[in-house]
Amino acid sequence: MTDLLAIGTRKGLWLARSDDDRRTWSLDGPHLLAQEIAAVCIDTRPPAPRVLAGIQYGHWGPTVMWSDDLGASWQETDHGAIRFPEDAGAALARVWQLRPDTTDRPDVVWAGCEPHSLWRSTDGGSSFELVRGLWDHPHRPTWEPGGGGGAVHTVLPDPASNRVTVAMSTGGVYVSEDGGEKWEPRNRGISAVFLPEPPEYGQCVHKVAVDAGDPDRFYAQNHFGVFRTDDAGGSWTSIAEGLPADFGFPIVASPRTPGTAWVVPLVADMQRVPPEGRFRVHRTRDAGATWTELGNGLPDAAWTAVMRDALCADERDPTGIYVGTRDGCVYASADEGDTSR
Amino acid sequence: MTVQVLLPGVLAALTGGAKHLDVEPQGETLADLLDALAAEHPLLGRRIRDETGQVRRFVNVYVDGDDVRFQAGLATQVRDGAEVHVLPSVAGG
Repeated sequence: MTDLLAIGTRKGLWLARSDDDRRTWSLDGPHLLAQEIAAVCIDTRPPAPRVLAGIQYGHWGPTVMWSDDLGASWQETDHGAIRFPEDAGAALARVWQLRPDTTDRPDVVWAGCEPHSLWRSTDGGSSFELVRGLWDHPHRPTWEPGGGGGAVHTVLPDPASNRVTVAMSTGGVYVSEDGGEKWEPRNRGISAVFLPEPPEYGQCVHKVAVDAGDPDRFYAQNHFGVFRTDDAGGSWTSIAEGLPADFGFPIVASPRTPGTAWVVPLVADMQRVPPEGRFRVHRTRDAGATWTELGNGLPDAAWTAVMRDALCADERDPTGIYVGTRDGCVYASADEGDTSR
Repeated sequence: MTVQVLLPGVLAALTGGAKHLDVEPQGETLADLLDALAAEHPLLGRRIRDETGQVRRFVNVYVDGDDVRFQAGLATQVRDGAEVHVLPSVAGG
């Protein structure tokens, strides 16, 4: 069995493989050299896994490309897999998230993009259709761009229902219970330090993850604040107690163990480095009631940061945890974060 | 009429390696020329313009040596026999 890890960077894409139960890894790449890989996913539902990448060509604009032979060759749709319809009056700026749906919806792939938009493909990612329900939402004109741009950066289709949850910077968390037709903001309890009052929407959520055991339990890492909801976003409570800082970008929930999630705290928005430079992953086993610092194999004096999609988990048992830094390092753990290298 | 389009090497992969293309637009503006180019080479068209039809921010187009941003943009007149350069701009310093 081969384990495969996709590493997207501003310089291109690398694929890391392990054939010895994640003890050693070999790197294959760069693929798509000199292209910014703003989003990447591996769709394991087809007979041959498909690597989908959201490319930022720099001068030549954004697009979606895919490879069905693990990077040996790449395809793209002539007229662009994601292009705004004429009446939208907008142009794709960046693909922020590519998310395959469940095996029950085998050809469905979701994309979150800048400007704030959600897209749905029914052909495995070759072409996408704008989800009008979100694009036409009356709140949309008031969603402001976060520091990296205004985008849907998180897409969470519920495997057991028609619920789709998105998270936007800024904008916050929005949920549709009907597959994307109607949307409502679900941010009650989430603070926004850059606004005078807690708003109905407009929060700067950085990442949201769904618990392995409860589809109504989400975890959120915000622009200050780590939160949990047990009613699919109806209300949120802080779970930041026990963390050295409540700022950060990623949050990952275990795909197999209820109550388990990981974060990488940074000091603050104006100090995007680990506290005291000690690069650490923090894990909860009890849905955020307590946190454990995991530093075995992670460096001190690491004045770097981890962005929102640079922390991920694999589907093995025990769960593998992978974290990439802005200075180009990737750390892998085959034991749920206890030890990394 | 026929217009010669000159491409940078990085885009030639989208035209089978050709850096010089003879294009026959239906009208006399740059928009007409880029429409004809995109009809023949859709991937190339998408690298030059976004889906609203605007030339991408860091792509420069020169008609007979003049930057169209300082002319009439997409409405710039393109004469029979003109030379149109597509170039990546200096971006990032």
